[in-house]
Amino acid sequence: MRTLWTKIVLAFALVLAALPVTAQGGTIKVGAILGVTGPASNLGAPEAKTLEMLVELTNAAGGIGGRKVELVLKDSGANPEKAISFTRQLIEEEQVLAIIGPSTSGETLKIKDICEENQTILLSCASGEAIVNPVAKWVFKTPQNDSMAAIWIYKYLKDKGISRIGVVVSNTGFGNLGKGQLEKYAPEYGMEILIAEVYDKEATDLTGVLTKVKAKDVQAVINWSIEPAQSLVVKNMRQLGMTMPLLQSHGFGNIKYVEAAGQAAEGIVFPCGRLLVADALPASHPQKALLENYKRQYESKFKEDVSTFGGHAYDAFTILAEAIKRAGSTDKDKVRQAIENLRGFAGTAGIFNFSAADHNGLDMSSFEMLTVKNGKFVVLK
Amino acid sequence: MPFDQILQYFLAGVTEGAIYATIAIGFNIIYNTTGIINFAQGEFLVLGGMIAVTLSAFLPLPLAIALAVAATMAVGALVDLVFIRWLASPSVLRLVVITIGVSILLREGMLHVWDEKVRALRHFTGSEISSVRFLGAHIAPQALWVLGIAAVIVAVLAIFFRFTLVGRAMRACAANRTAARLCGINTRWMVTLSFCLSAGIGALAGCALSPLTQTQYDMGAPLAIKGFTVAILGGLGNSMAAVAAGLILGLLEVFSISLLPLAYKDAVSLAVLLIVLFLRPGGLFGRLEAQRLKEF
Repeated sequence: MRTLWTKIVLAFALVLAALPVTAQGGTIKVGAILGVTGPASNLGAPEAKTLEMLVELTNAAGGIGGRKVELVLKDSGANPEKAISFTRQLIEEEQVLAIIGPSTSGETLKIKDICEENQTILLSCASGEAIVNPVAKWVFKTPQNDSMAAIWIYKYLKDKGISRIGVVVSNTGFGNLGKGQLEKYAPEYGMEILIAEVYDKEATDLTGVLTKVKAKDVQAVINWSIEPAQSLVVKNMRQLGMTMPLLQSHGFGNIKYVEAAGQAAEGIVFPCGRLLVADALPASHPQKALLENYKRQYESKFKEDVSTFGGHAYDAFTILAEAIKRAGSTDKDKVRQAIENLRGFAGTAGIFNFSAADHNGLDMSSFEMLTVKNGKFVVLK
Repeated sequence: MPFDQILQYFLAGVTEGAIYATIAIGFNIIYNTTGIINFAQGEFLVLGGMIAVTLSAFLPLPLAIALAVAATMAVGALVDLVFIRWLASPSVLRLVVITIGVSILLREGMLHVWDEKVRALRHFTGSEISSVRFLGAHIAPQALWVLGIAAVIVAVLAIFFRFTLVGRAMRACAANRTAARLCGINTRWMVTLSFCLSAGIGALAGCALSPLTQTQYDMGAPLAIKGFTVAILGGLGNSMAAVAAGLILGLLEVFSISLLPLAYKDAVSLAVLLIVLFLRPGGLFGRLEAQRLKEF
């Protein structure tokens, strides 16, 4: 009888200890689900590093509204199932105010409904337009839409008089959404997609599918993926003697892809945010100071080049911080409304103008056409 | 299809096939000597590539590769000494689970040492854009290196197993462990040697592949599965059959790309494997009676 009582008391005590204590004046809990390892590591690793750096700087400066920020970071490895389980964990156990991430469109689309149902703010670092179209009240994203990237690419090709193209994408949410956007806008810009193929995101050799593309006699090839296979596409193309231009999506914005592709990367053209060419901007540009500041902080701390992906996490955090400041509290509804009310907010990806109908806030002017010259990113003249 | 296109597909298929065959040979060596399927085989490839990349930063490339192969062979021997040797008479299932555990251990170890970044070894000759024209088709010089190294590995192993004393001793262990021991062969060291050899072959293949496919810490598992598929297709334990099966599978996959959307590539190769196993359960070149005698 006594041992049974002891067990009951112990169990009760454990349950009490496990209950999260929601202190009003305590830390602000921000969750993050990023693909630090796995096929999206070139996205997730800079994003995680950027968030950790920003949280450290914010807390050193006294936090937001006097309250420290606590970052709960989960590595999903770009795996949608893991993203779903981490989302539930962050919402139910950790009771975070907002979730930053995930890194990929495929994962985001899977957790969009969960965040909407549980009324948790989601600031995604993924680019698929489907994330904010149809608009979900609690779901926002910081990268530019893939539809805008597709239009930029088509405008460029049209200028060059190119109309016959081949499209290769990876079998991820991002790749498939990109293929959809390219197919959607092709007629409008007079583009004829002669071949569209989907490759495995963990592919190690693409000569087979590129031989098929070469046989179709295309004038340009568009690749839409964020995996290391991006570098394989261009290497295999040049090895097969395919000299036509290669256009990449804005998922190319990490110098590591250029390094992996070596000499083959010369001449690749892709639309991207201005972070990678911050020094080429005129002094009066509204983003210049912010970009150079972030670039300096990141590069001196982590000894590696900035990437646009880290920039998306930077934007997500600074938008959240600004919204908390303007709302004057960490009440979910107030913060969400404050994000929606943000206008003219300068971030790394562009100038954000949120509204109830637009949960991305960026327009076509947030892009710049970049190319690779001598192993570096430069503005395309 | 014009001839140069057929040739292009053929070259791509043969390169893929050579890679699969090399991994399958690694499986077969260990299987022959011990009856174990070593699921950590893929990790040996990745380990060899990673070590070579790190060493090539301050050593000439051939030396870096040689040291990487030697280091991976040492790791292979360690795997046997630490995990396999002291088991008294383990069941096949237990050994399979142990090797899967070893593969996870190696993968996480590599993640800690080299983190998640993708790395690639320098091209042995030429660069990322060099291309050799051959009767209208293009092939990267590095792919020729992969083919060449695979051919050399197969030839050297054939000579080793047939004409050297140690090779014949290993074949004796494969045929009948107890009889081999009665002949004075130290079977425990033969097992360690087989792990060493498999690891070394894997590392060499990994180094040759690295410039083409890039190396990441978790690339081992998909490669091992493909290699295992090829080993089964040819008949488990038969290295020459593994080479033939690898080439067949590589060509099959690549030509399926020319007809069907790329997404069906793996479905085609697995469907072929299933059909072959239904019709010839011992593999394409395996003899059914011999297969029935084996435990696994």
